[in-house]
Amino acid sequence: MAKEFICIVCPRGCRVIVDDQGSISGNQCKRGEIYVKNEMTNPTRILTTTVKTIFPEIPRASVKTDQPIPKGLLMKAMEEINKIVIDKEMNIGDIVIEHILNTNANIVLTKEIKRKEERK
Amino acid sequence: MIRDIVVIGGGASGLAASISAKKRNKDVLLIEREESLGGILNQCIHNGFGLEVFKEEYTGPEYAHKFIEEFMDLKIDYLVNTTVIKLDKNNDDFIITLSSKELGIRNITARSVIISSGCYERTRGQISMPGDRPNGVITAGSAQRYLNINGYMVGKKVFILGSGDIGLIMARRMYLEGAEVLGVAEIMPYSNGLNRNIVQCLNDFDIPLYLSHTVTNVEADEDKRLSAITIQQVDERFNPIPNTEKHFEVDTLLLSIGLIPDITLLDDLYVEVDPKTKSAKINQAYETSVKGLFICGNSLQVHDLVDNVSKESSRAGLSASDYLDGLVTNRKKIAINPGKNILYVAPQYLDFGWVEKDLLVSYRSSKKIEKALVKVYQGEKLIYQKRRAFIVPAEMETLTFSYLELDQNQDIMIEIEEV
Repeated sequence: MAKEFICIVCPRGCRVIVDDQGSISGNQCKRGEIYVKNEMTNPTRILTTTVKTIFPEIPRASVKTDQPIPKGLLMKAMEEINKIVIDKEMNIGDIVIEHILNTNANIVLTKEIKRKEERK
Repeated sequence: MIRDIVVIGGGASGLAASISAKKRNKDVLLIEREESLGGILNQCIHNGFGLEVFKEEYTGPEYAHKFIEEFMDLKIDYLVNTTVIKLDKNNDDFIITLSSKELGIRNITARSVIISSGCYERTRGQISMPGDRPNGVITAGSAQRYLNINGYMVGKKVFILGSGDIGLIMARRMYLEGAEVLGVAEIMPYSNGLNRNIVQCLNDFDIPLYLSHTVTNVEADEDKRLSAITIQQVDERFNPIPNTEKHFEVDTLLLSIGLIPDITLLDDLYVEVDPKTKSAKINQAYETSVKGLFICGNSLQVHDLVDNVSKESSRAGLSASDYLDGLVTNRKKIAINPGKNILYVAPQYLDFGWVEKDLLVSYRSSKKIEKALVKVYQGEKLIYQKRRAFIVPAEMETLTFSYLELDQNQDIMIEIEEV
C-alpha cells in the first residue's frame, strides 16, 4: 500500500508518496527523499514531558530525552518517566533516568529545581 | 525617584528588552505578575526554541533560563507577584500604578515604559459557539498550564477546536499523558500550525484533523459537565453544511482559536490602535503614538517564533535607551500601509527623527503564495523588491531596506505580487 508523508524539512511541506516498490515521488528536492527514507526506516523523536517532585511550590519539573529516541518507544518511555519523583534540588541538564529503555538517550531536567528561599 | 525605564511583563519579551537597555547603562525596573520570570515559556515544555538566537534547539524553560541568567548577572531590578493596574501620563513622565501583597498599591514614576505584556487566548464567547455552557470547555493554553506547571489533567476524552500550534502541541501532550484525543477541527481549509507540528503531534498518533469543520453544538450532562460535542463541515462562507454532523462523546473541549495582544494597560492613554494587529500602532523604533511608550513581543504582534520576540524586544530596549539619551529629534513621520495580499505590517509609521538608517518591517501574507514578489512603493515609485518562495500566513515575514533616500512627505505601501 502506498504511504504518504508530509516533508517537514522546509516550509514548502511537500506531500511525498512512497509506493509498494519503495520508489519515492512528490518531493521537490533531495532533502525530502532523505527525510522520507529516515521516516520509513528509523523514525526518531525528542520526547518532552514532566516529572513529579516532592516540593509543593514546584509540583512538576519539565524533562526531555537528550537525544531522539525511536518513535515506537515514546509511550513506553512515558511509563518509565511517570514512575519518577524528584526529592532533591537539581539543575538543568541533570540526569533523571540514564539510558532510558536501553537506548543511548538520557532523561534530563529542562528546569532547575530550587526551593524558593534558596533562589538568588 | 524617577526610573529611566519600567518594563511591564517578564516573559521572553520583557527579559530581552530589559537586558539590552541595561547594557546601555539605563536604570531599568521590570514588573512581572507571576511568581517567577519567563512568562509563557515556563509552560511550553516542548522543544524547538532558540534555533535562531542560540543555534541550538531548546525547550521553553531552557530558553527562558538562558535569558534569566543574563538578566540576573546584570543585576536588573525586578518585582514578581506584582500587577500593574494602571498606566498614566504626567507631562513627559509615566505614572505606573502597581499592586502586590508586599507593597500594596503604589505609584512609580518613569521617563519611559516598555509594554511586553504578551497576548491572551480567544475564548468561546468570541466565536459565539452554540450550545450549553458546561465545565470542560477550556483554552488550550490554560490546559497546558494546569498540566505542565501544576500537574493536573483537565480531562480524559479530548477534542480540540482550532489547529494553531498550541492546539496541536496539546493534542500530543494529552495523548502522551494517557488521554484519548478524538480529533482536531479547523474551520479554515488549511491548518494554521507548522507542518512539523501536524506531522509530529497529530500524524504520529493517528489523531484526525477535520479541515473546514467547526463545533456547532456543545452538550452538558446533569452535573453541568461537558458530555458531547457536534462538529459540522462548513462552506466557503463558514456556514455549517446540513447533514455533515459528527458527534463525539468527550469530557474536554480545548480551544486553540487565536491569540490577541494584551494592551488593556493602554486604555487610559491616547494610543493609536491598528485594527489589523489589534495592538498599538508603532514607528520603526517600537514607539507608540505616545512619546516614550514602547511596545514589543506578543503584545505588539503575535509571533510564531520566540527567537523573533527576543530580537524584536532587544531592539525596543535599545530604542528606549536612544529616546532617553535625547537622540530623537526633528520628528516627521509617514505611514507604512499594507497593500495587496498583506494581512498587516508593523511598524505602521516611519519616523525620520530616529537615528537608525535601516527600516525593518514585519508582515504577514493574507494567503499562501507559492512564488511571491514583495514590493515596496512610495507613490508610484518602486523603492524595494525581493523574491520569496512559499509565503504563508502562519509564518511572519520581514524585510529590511534603507530609508535615507526616501521622500519625507509621501506614505509608503507594501504589497505581494503573485508571479
